[in-house]
Amino acid sequence: MSSLISVNNLSRHYGDFCAVNNISFELSAGDILGFLGPNGAGKSSTMQMLTGNLAPTYGEISIDGKDLLENPKAAKASLGYLPENPPLYQEMTVTEYLQFCARLHQLDKPQINSACSTAIERCGLNDVEQRLIRNLSKGFQQRVGIAQAILHSPPVIILDEPTVGLDPIQILEIRQLMKTLGESHGIILCTHILPEVQAVCNRVQIINQGKLVYNANIDEMLNRGTEKFEIALSPDINREQLAGHDIFTTVETIENNHFLIESKSDAAQLTQYIVEQKWGLTHFATQQTSLEQIFIDLTLSEEKTDNKLETDAA
Amino acid sequence: MPHDSGTPDMIFVIAKREFRSMFLSPMAWVILAVIQIILAWSFFTSIDYFFNIQSELATLTNAPGVTDLVAMPLFEVASIILLMVMPLLTMRLISEEKRNKTISLLLSAPISISEIVIGKYLGLLFFISVILMLLVAMPLSLAVGTELDLTRLFSGAFGLFLTLAAFSAAGLYMSSLTDNPMIAAISTFGLLLFLWLLNNSTASDGGTNVLNYLSLHTHFAPLLRGILNTKDIAYFLLFIVGFIVMAIRQLETQRLQS
Repeated sequence: MSSLISVNNLSRHYGDFCAVNNISFELSAGDILGFLGPNGAGKSSTMQMLTGNLAPTYGEISIDGKDLLENPKAAKASLGYLPENPPLYQEMTVTEYLQFCARLHQLDKPQINSACSTAIERCGLNDVEQRLIRNLSKGFQQRVGIAQAILHSPPVIILDEPTVGLDPIQILEIRQLMKTLGESHGIILCTHILPEVQAVCNRVQIINQGKLVYNANIDEMLNRGTEKFEIALSPDINREQLAGHDIFTTVETIENNHFLIESKSDAAQLTQYIVEQKWGLTHFATQQTSLEQIFIDLTLSEEKTDNKLETDAA
Repeated sequence: MPHDSGTPDMIFVIAKREFRSMFLSPMAWVILAVIQIILAWSFFTSIDYFFNIQSELATLTNAPGVTDLVAMPLFEVASIILLMVMPLLTMRLISEEKRNKTISLLLSAPISISEIVIGKYLGLLFFISVILMLLVAMPLSLAVGTELDLTRLFSGAFGLFLTLAAFSAAGLYMSSLTDNPMIAAISTFGLLLFLWLLNNSTASDGGTNVLNYLSLHTHFAPLLRGILNTKDIAYFLLFIVGFIVMAIRQLETQRLQS
């Protein structure tokens, strides 16, 4: 099966400034792709190009097999997009607005009402469907924006920070909705909230200074490299004692009798070993590589090398 | 750059929303009310004037009728008032979409920029038709008591429609240039007033003819006198198409540069 989105060597320049530099990636059905990056990294520009709001300087984009630049109407028909600011007409009611969006996406007359009521149901808008959008709270407006993006059941859904302004329960609902939609659609989720990506996405991509610096499956990412463990032992054990044992590659003291250890053995072997030493083990926890750690490593290291290059040049 | 002319369906989806949204805000109602009150007043003073000079008219051969003395001055006044009002109607067409970022809904939907712009223009033409119907109803009501020159009346109303359509096209273009409705309104007003007054230039050199030709008023006046000239109609059509194409190009360019 061909991929839902395929992006080839996409670049965007604003004058001399290069906002997006030669990125390529793919999205298939069933993927929920987390798209991350610090502010000004080119996230929004990329999303705007994918949705036809911005023309690329170079590169190709095809959506559901249709070229966005040569055949924009066919490509956009497969697209649902929630921009950073939900594009809502404040003077309309929720139902009027969604009906307009349905017509805009060329749904047939009999489908319009059923599509609207499904979207209203899914985004929990039943209580406000006859109210003016202007009078809704930020959370509800955000949900109308999401309803608009999934209304015509497009194969590709692009959501730019969908959970901004929602309360914790709504966030859980929307995440559940994204997971359900992700089973049959391809979703790109642009966000700053890293735990959200960990909770919802199955792939993650990090963009920094216009370049894709990371692209992996979430499972792969969480299990990469040697693992770290946090342990607590009885007070009379000190760091030097532990360092003498070959099973630990490094040992760090966190506080008094808490240690951060790194080892090539897995958790079962380690606990077995520690218990046999009779060190009075009271706490044992695996420390996963968190997305946050990877994000900070990648975006900061890039900046550091850049700063270095600049000082070198100076 | 390839422009497809667009499917009528999508144009009507946009036009319908545009027309309805005007009536969802108090703006359209206020404008209709204000125009109607002022023009009704002007209509009554014309009728009053007509009654006063009626006895003198009776002595003349080939005297001007009620259509010349009441309906045409009304259309003349309407064109001036609407020159001031149209910028208020056109200012938010595109600039407000840009300011509220709702334009991205349209740009990411399966609809071309030409369809968006033509749809919006069409929505405005519907609104102009409403203004015009309310306006024409006033002289038409005189038909109860007297005989009207309906062809003159039609020609005048058609001229006024073309003039308003031209105002709208210019306003639509100005609205595509900025994301601030106020700036769009002021620059539209400036442009229209300039084009309207162009024929008042008293310079006696060869340039006068060109300036005269470019003026909107030069082409509106014959229609008011009942002269339907293809030259004038062609001027209005060129004016309208020119500004619409410029608005489409403007939005395409913004997508490239933004």
